[in-house]
Amino acid sequence: MLRQAILGLAAMVAATAAGPVMAQEPIRIGEINSYSGMAAFTVPYRQGWTLALEEVNAAGGVLGRKLEVVARDDGGKPEDAVRLAAELVANEKVAVLAGTFFSHIGLAVSDYARQHKVLFLGSEPLTDALTWSKGHRYAFRLRPSTYMQAAMLAEEAAKLPARRWATVAPNYEYGQSAVAAFKQLLLAKRPDVEFVSEQWPAQGKIDAGATAQAVALSRPDAIFNVTFGPDLGRFVREGNTRGLFRNRAVVSLLTGEPEYLDPLKDETPEGWIVTGYPWESIDTPEHKTFRDAYRARFNDYPRLGSVVGYGMIKSIAAAIAKAGSTDTEKLVDAMRGLTIPSPFGPMEYRAIDHQSTLGAYVGRTTVRDGKGIMVEWRYADGAKYLPDDATVRKLRPQE
Amino acid sequence: MTLLAVDDVAKAFGAVAAVAGVSLSVAAGERVALIGPNGAGKTTCFNIINGQLRPDRGRVAFDGRDVTGWRPRALARRGVGRTFQISQTFPSLTVRENVQMAMAAHGGRGAAIGRPLRRLDPAGADAVLERVGLRADGDRGAGALAYGDAKRLELAMVLAQSPTLLLMDEPTAGMAADERHQLMDLVSRLAREEGIGLLFTEHDMDVVFGHADRIVVLDRGRVIAAGDPAAVRADETVRRVYLGLDDA
Amino acid sequence: MDSLIGTLRLLAEEPSFAVAQALTGLAGASSLFLVSAGLTIVFGVTRVVNFAHGSFFMVGAYVAVSAITLVGFWPGMLVAALAVGALGVAVEVGILRRIYRAPELFQLLATFGLVLVIQDATLWLWGPEDRMGPRAPGLRGAVDVLGQPVPLYDLFLIAVGPLVLALLWLVFRRTRWGVLVRAATADREMTAALGVDQKRLFTGVFALGALLAGLGGALQVPREAANLHMDLNVIAEAFVVVVVGGMGSIVGAYLAAVLIGVVHAFGVLLFPKLTLVLVFLIMAAVLVVRPAGLLGEAPVPAGGGHGTGEPPLRPASPLLKLAGAALLVLLALLPLATEGYALVLMVDVLALALFAASLHFLMGVGGMISFGHAAYFGIGAYGAALAAKYLAAPMELALAFAPLAAAVAGLAFGWLCGRASGVYLAMLSLAFAQIAWSVAVQWLEVTGGDNGILGLWPSPWAAGPGAYYYLTLGLTTAGLLAIRWLAHTPFGQSLRAGRDSPRRAEALGMSVGARQWAAVAVAGAFAGLAGGLFAYAKGSVFPSFLAISRSVDGLVMVLLGGVQSLTGPIVGAIAYIGLADQLVRGVEYWRLVLGATIILLAVAFRGGLAGIAIRRAGAP
Repeated sequence: MLRQAILGLAAMVAATAAGPVMAQEPIRIGEINSYSGMAAFTVPYRQGWTLALEEVNAAGGVLGRKLEVVARDDGGKPEDAVRLAAELVANEKVAVLAGTFFSHIGLAVSDYARQHKVLFLGSEPLTDALTWSKGHRYAFRLRPSTYMQAAMLAEEAAKLPARRWATVAPNYEYGQSAVAAFKQLLLAKRPDVEFVSEQWPAQGKIDAGATAQAVALSRPDAIFNVTFGPDLGRFVREGNTRGLFRNRAVVSLLTGEPEYLDPLKDETPEGWIVTGYPWESIDTPEHKTFRDAYRARFNDYPRLGSVVGYGMIKSIAAAIAKAGSTDTEKLVDAMRGLTIPSPFGPMEYRAIDHQSTLGAYVGRTTVRDGKGIMVEWRYADGAKYLPDDATVRKLRPQE
Repeated sequence: MTLLAVDDVAKAFGAVAAVAGVSLSVAAGERVALIGPNGAGKTTCFNIINGQLRPDRGRVAFDGRDVTGWRPRALARRGVGRTFQISQTFPSLTVRENVQMAMAAHGGRGAAIGRPLRRLDPAGADAVLERVGLRADGDRGAGALAYGDAKRLELAMVLAQSPTLLLMDEPTAGMAADERHQLMDLVSRLAREEGIGLLFTEHDMDVVFGHADRIVVLDRGRVIAAGDPAAVRADETVRRVYLGLDDA
Repeated sequence: MDSLIGTLRLLAEEPSFAVAQALTGLAGASSLFLVSAGLTIVFGVTRVVNFAHGSFFMVGAYVAVSAITLVGFWPGMLVAALAVGALGVAVEVGILRRIYRAPELFQLLATFGLVLVIQDATLWLWGPEDRMGPRAPGLRGAVDVLGQPVPLYDLFLIAVGPLVLALLWLVFRRTRWGVLVRAATADREMTAALGVDQKRLFTGVFALGALLAGLGGALQVPREAANLHMDLNVIAEAFVVVVVGGMGSIVGAYLAAVLIGVVHAFGVLLFPKLTLVLVFLIMAAVLVVRPAGLLGEAPVPAGGGHGTGEPPLRPASPLLKLAGAALLVLLALLPLATEGYALVLMVDVLALALFAASLHFLMGVGGMISFGHAAYFGIGAYGAALAAKYLAAPMELALAFAPLAAAVAGLAFGWLCGRASGVYLAMLSLAFAQIAWSVAVQWLEVTGGDNGILGLWPSPWAAGPGAYYYLTLGLTTAGLLAIRWLAHTPFGQSLRAGRDSPRRAEALGMSVGARQWAAVAVAGAFAGLAGGLFAYAKGSVFPSFLAISRSVDGLVMVLLGGVQSLTGPIVGAIAYIGLADQLVRGVEYWRLVLGATIILLAVAFRGGLAGIAIRRAGAP
């Protein structure tokens, strides 16, 4: 018994000591996401980064070393995400932290990254705070932020004749900042507009009938919707049944993303103006290549999460290659201003606020063959929907 | 000296008058039994005295002070101890700690709160246990006691608070015959030695006539007779309605 | 405020709107009633508070979506209800039957384990995507009611509620089975004594409850997509309905469902931002006024008194003292062995051990079940964070603020529900925690809402992983020893005494209520300290610190370790966090494994790990 223990201990010590000697050890990326809680997003997301990882490694890896992803499930809890971040950094010796879905978890990991000087690439969280009010040297973000997506929709909303607007948004930071940004941007373009009703259903617990009624009571010309997921389905159904959307324009955040559009099937409302990802009809060469590769690998079509996961690995690989090192400070410098190709076209991590210029597709919803799709879409390049540099400097704490 | 004076108390539940004007008194060192057939109002009357029920009218005075409607714990702090028909102890404490808990409660806020309960005057607690014959069981869990012993422990807890009046609800219920008399002999001795007034209800007529100085008989919410055992035994009304001697 | 007045003016102009809104509320009330009826029937007879009832609801929705494509809409509803009823039989026979005699906490825990198992099983069977089902044939449109469109399906639901209520009434009044069930509800022991086959009766009741939940879930299909969050969303509301209506009362459940449905519908209109808190405020208000709910009967005060207690508290044996000292030395030496993740993990373990011990003080010592202990943990964390943010307090001061804030919260809670006890107290504590959670989520200006408060890192001297570890080790050890010491003092012992026999305690001149009130504050303070330590370890605070899952974590740790032992919660915290850490990192369906482990513990190892150790040590 004792002998075994001593032998085991000796083996462990030997393994630890031998570790650094192996030069061709892979470069590790620590990835944290709400795998169990947000499976509808994280499954395509995982496939997306798996594809990118395989592509990078097939091409010889980075700096002659293979890339490896160590993924962890935060179970939707920011406190667990922070602990896992520590585990990834200390035990797995990851070079970079990445991932997260929810805004608050993104912010928690970002704050850990600031404190412990590790690079963090937030792939999915949308909160503006990540790159602005809580932005710092070590945090970057891949997706277009709440502000950017609201700006894309406000641009379309301003073209509508509607003057009386109602808003429906989940009652937490994401919903509240989306509504605030949309209001501010729309009012700037259309001072004649008035917001007549605000609905704040609890996230995941919308009382759809009552909410639809309450919106109708204020007799708006148009509605700005921020709900998503199951809440969106319920709201659409109740609104359709009650004729809420008849003769009313609806502008809706994220609704065009396959993750949220697909479950609506033939009940997809007609003619909503949405941000999203019309994967079937984007036929640019870079997107076709991505879509074909994804289909070949997984026998499935890509969701927006797939693009995000794919872009995350490609961004990190490019940054490491550019830095020529996995040293955090060098990586940060490389990320600032890094330009890479993406399935949506070229994108850049802005030096000024570490926000990528990845955009989103803005279009209208319709039903075809019993499925919801986006039509009349255009690509809104993220670079065009960010405030001017002076404003950004004011929003972001100075380093 | 009159310790407890109950004056014309009444209590109705809905239309039923459970107690319809009862007066009685207990003097220091005196043992009074409250008896009556089922539904006579014993329990209601008892609960009015011990503070669990507030009477519709009438007055309860203890030691010259009006205590009508006082809560049980206020009465306890004044020196009224009681035992329950089904003995109530603290089974998760040791036997000694049960007594120490009673002592701590009696000592009020001044009891040393910083030390474990088991260090609170263990000698004093053992002395009380000695009096009820449980000294050897001090370290056992109270939950493991036999039923008769639990009754004696309950008595010890009450005694630890040095009450001047002791209220016992069916003190010998559920005990074997020889145990009953042992317990009541013990109670009687203590009442005599320390001048404690005792009021108890009881079903067992041997216990009642053997251990009460005075007996109050209730029927349908009223006192139908009161006096020393001999007088009550001879009372015609009691014989008829309660002892049932004429029924045959 | 302006918008409130505006809405009221609009309503005054168009009273038909209020009617339509009331109808919407009634439709919601019907679906709420279907779930709650099953929960309340099961509780009434078996005294089990079934956490997994929401899971039955969810499974009903998923099965319905699948069944409709095979057999059509209405038969699909029936299939779903029957399938969930059958699942109920399996659960009752397989699990619950073994734990009816166990303390209610173990039943709760077992059904919570079931929630985790069913969640992963559903994910495995139906996949991660939301499943939108079809709408009811013939009921797709809306009709005009006073000029307002009201969905036909809403009208259908409004009729279903009273219909089911009437059916249940008939079953319970007019059938022999129903009479037996009512008898069992009123007096379990008596029914058993009369020779009724309780096993079959309980199985039948549980199946009926599950069937109703399944039907509720199936009928929800036309209103929302089946999704993996339905279970916990619905169970919280169903709890509220059952408690407000009075546990065990079917008519009460209907009244409460109507009350909550209608208040909710108008709440959306008048206070759109308060929707999360509103139901819990109603519940708290009802329970403060009527502790047993609208139609509930006052719970019978615990008899206790003889032969039912726990083993007495003994001073720590030399062996235990030695083991404790050895563990402390080992922990103190840990930073010499590792700089890394082990220290981070141990800080979590220590803080949560203190949290679990404080909960144990309340439950194991004080006999007060709490489903909302995370409230104090979170309020402590927020107290520290707010002190740091708004008062610019350094870490040392902010950490002192944590237990203070939590103790004040404990005093407030104790004052509000001084009259409640047992399951009702547990439910009130849940409501209290939910209200605190809602405030943290929705009071964006102060708490930062969802995004929490960031940048809460330790003072420079304690910033290194080793230094903060030592700080946590020191404060936690002090806290744990203090709790242990308190349990032995007259105060702690009087809590156990008051739990054993409140009547005896009062008759000795002790105020049981006042002591319990103080115990809530004391337990709150220690939980608050744990929360403060946890916050500085994470560098941030979030509403999840106050969430139900955090409260459940605490319960699991206490029960894992063993309720009857003061050492239990410490062992439990180590085991639970270790287990969770390994599972989450290594197993895909970790909830299934965790849930199964919890069920096993509740069914087979009720003494917890400490109990197993004691049994081992005691064996010849």
